[in-house]
Amino acid sequence: MDFPVFFVDHIGNRLIIAVIAILHVFINHPLAVGAYPLVTLMEWLGWKQGSEQIDRLAYKVTMVLFIVTTTIGALTGVGIWFTTAVIAPFGIGSLLRIFFWAWFIEWLVFITEVVLILIYFLTWKQWKEGFMKKVHIGVGIVLSLFSWLTMAIIVAILGFMMDAGSWPLDRSLTSAFFNPLYAPQSLFRTTYALMTAGLCVWFLLFFFTQKGTDLRRKAVRFVSIWTLAWVPPFIVGALWYWNVVPEAMMKNLDVALLTQAFQNWHETLAHIMVAALAAIILTAVIGLTRPRLINGVLLLVPFLLGIWLLGHFERVREFVRKPYVVADYMYSNGVRLADYPVYKRDGVLTHATFVAHKRVTEANLIEAGQDIFRIACARCHTTTGINSTVDKFNNLYGEGRWDPEVMGLFVETMHNTRTYMPPFPGNQRELDALVAYLKDLEQTHAPLSGAQSRGIPKAVNPDPDARL
Amino acid sequence: MIPSVTCLIAATAVPRELALPLPLNSWELEIILVALFLLHILFVNLMVGGSLLTALFEIMGLTWPRYDSLARRIGATITVNKSLAVVLGVGPLLAINLLYTTYFYSANVLTGYAWLGLVPLIILVFLLTYLHKFTWDRWTGPKKRRHIALGIASAVLFLCIPLVFLSNINLMLFPGQWSQVAGFFSSLQIGNVFPRYFHFLMASLAITGLFLAGWFGRKGFPVEHYLPEFTRPQLRRLFYRVTFYVTLAQVLFGPLLLLTLPAIGVTYTLVIVISIGVIIAATVMVLLWAELRTSDRAIGRYYVPILMIFTLVVVFMATGRHVYREASLTDHRALMANRSDTFRAVNLAAHMRLDAGLGLGEALAPGPTGKSVFKNCAACHAYDRVLAGPSITEVQQIYAGDIAGIVAWTRNPGKKRDQFAPMPSFAHLGDEQLQLVAEYILQMGQEKTNAETTPTGS
Repeated sequence: MDFPVFFVDHIGNRLIIAVIAILHVFINHPLAVGAYPLVTLMEWLGWKQGSEQIDRLAYKVTMVLFIVTTTIGALTGVGIWFTTAVIAPFGIGSLLRIFFWAWFIEWLVFITEVVLILIYFLTWKQWKEGFMKKVHIGVGIVLSLFSWLTMAIIVAILGFMMDAGSWPLDRSLTSAFFNPLYAPQSLFRTTYALMTAGLCVWFLLFFFTQKGTDLRRKAVRFVSIWTLAWVPPFIVGALWYWNVVPEAMMKNLDVALLTQAFQNWHETLAHIMVAALAAIILTAVIGLTRPRLINGVLLLVPFLLGIWLLGHFERVREFVRKPYVVADYMYSNGVRLADYPVYKRDGVLTHATFVAHKRVTEANLIEAGQDIFRIACARCHTTTGINSTVDKFNNLYGEGRWDPEVMGLFVETMHNTRTYMPPFPGNQRELDALVAYLKDLEQTHAPLSGAQSRGIPKAVNPDPDARL
Repeated sequence: MIPSVTCLIAATAVPRELALPLPLNSWELEIILVALFLLHILFVNLMVGGSLLTALFEIMGLTWPRYDSLARRIGATITVNKSLAVVLGVGPLLAINLLYTTYFYSANVLTGYAWLGLVPLIILVFLLTYLHKFTWDRWTGPKKRRHIALGIASAVLFLCIPLVFLSNINLMLFPGQWSQVAGFFSSLQIGNVFPRYFHFLMASLAITGLFLAGWFGRKGFPVEHYLPEFTRPQLRRLFYRVTFYVTLAQVLFGPLLLLTLPAIGVTYTLVIVISIGVIIAATVMVLLWAELRTSDRAIGRYYVPILMIFTLVVVFMATGRHVYREASLTDHRALMANRSDTFRAVNLAAHMRLDAGLGLGEALAPGPTGKSVFKNCAACHAYDRVLAGPSITEVQQIYAGDIAGIVAWTRNPGKKRDQFAPMPSFAHLGDEQLQLVAEYILQMGQEKTNAETTPTGS
């Protein structure tokens, strides 16, 4: 909670994490977890059938996987850490303490995965006959297993953030790890990865095979069968996951799916999502039965739909978790549930370090309001950009019709009117200061800066015996 | 020393620690941190040094073609070393995030754009490095200059990236100066980032030289196939020279680093540990010198001892680094612990009052009443004017006497009016509270007529 506040106005902090994280998932689901077993299988088939062609195709696909996963894949993974550390240090800092061993083991598995992909790719052309070829295929199998394992461990953490199970009571790692969302989310992601790997490799086939050749036909059939095989378990996983999302979080689903503006279109969206899945299945069926019908452009459709599905799913997962960053322990604004009584009595500024004013006075009303905005709102809201507070109040009351008294009531009760919002973590004076700042914002539309550009104020350490 | 330290800290921000305990003892995490960081930095050194030497030798290769082949072989090692550098960085990152949570994250935020910029920057340099490797055969003749430019670009990026890491490692140690920092470039002016940087660069080249002396000098390396114009002894000698002369340059950069360290963390322990490291390094230099002077037949026989003793040097230097860090932060951590304890006590006291039913001033209401629940509605529904929904007077008309109707609507509102945003559901408040507020709404106004002179409160 007590860190300098990083804030990027206009695009907002959330988008920064989202771009890096979703890019990471786009790569590691289809291209690592999903595709490693696929290429290993392809290599094995090529070896079994004595086909140099299929082996070479598998190699080329692996080269693309290698390049993308060891650059963008690896660095966006670290990037999630960097971005969450800078934007929500209280969240990631807490999770690291709770899940240290999980992350440590994950890391060891991760090292193994990296070493194995290096071996798998770099020895392909040397270990190509007899016993060494068998060893090479073996490396592919172990690589697939370890890649899946890295995902399996991280999923426990993601699930925990949504539903901590019995952790708040017994504070044990085991109950944190094997929380209620774990198995369904694992099944969901694994089958999703395997299914979309087929689409992704299919896409690559258009660069690595010639139109009308026997090789392309065979490869397309292979990839189609692969994709279809994983659809039924995927549907099972998806339905199971849907069923275990905590009751309260399901209420946020409307807005999660399509933001407030379109929240009543969620039924339509559900239909579109089903249609996307159907398109994927249909393409795979055609690939199986009449492969010549599919060309590169047509293939882009299920591929992009698959990516969109995944991106949207991640948005939904992140949103339905709100107002918490760690369910039932800490809100997205970094304040623990346990801290609220003290903050509501003394004010959040009183106990904060990196703010210019510890107490709200008539003179510093707007500046204090800015600091409160930074601490309590800026993780998710901008002033005038994406998810902007100006837009929110305009939508609510209309332009030019912001009544400060009513705004104060809104902020005070917004955790009841918008269940994805955390309660306001300050006292009445601070609420007034925030409203004063927002009214000022209505006039100025001035962007707000974060600690990464303006720095932090000269320290004014709080009086530890502070009371209001 | 004590008075000046206190003065410094009086102007220093003292944040609160996270409320969760560490998963391991501090000393266990410190061992993990130092040991794993060494592994990570080894491969970072090889990656950076490898990139620099590849670019350098490829340029030399324009005049002496055999150096082009050498450059290519060095470039081939970067592929593996870079991936290991990244993956091995995760462990120490984990440890540093736990041990120095406030310090590290605060430094990350204060250098925010540069810190986050590392992600696309490193992706870029990795992709360029791959491109450089895979186009070696194709970009020849007129395209050779383009190829060399690519190598130089990669090397330049590898020179810039460590600076961002070092600025954070440096900044985290001096909370007293955080208020002077706004962004990456201002962070370079505190502490001693540049001396650290030059020491690191030299170390990268030295370690890469030692690595390549062994990599190319080993029996299993097919010199005749890859580097026919070199002999094994020649290669050993070449890279031993790199290590030797670069380490000689450390005679300048090492003391520069030590002497520019801010005094707050300088202790006798630090000086002793570093001095021992230097003495051991001197023995490495003696062995290297012996190797350089020996015959082609014998060169390489001291390689393993050199490697082992050099490892010892590095262990002492890494330990010294850690000693300095701990010393810099000791006093501040004590202050932070104090502050955190005080807050914990305040928090506990507040909770005890709540548990005892004493309340915390105006923060606690006795129990829900229609009026208190109505606060949730008041942000959108005013008594006799339109805010974000119909006025209460209108609601009273629509639902005259129909309490159950109001309760049903608040539990599950439809969207009846286009000019208003949809009303959210209040089912989570529970039927009892919905009942209370419905009753309250229907008798609003009667209350107002009865209290004419009292200004309407919220």
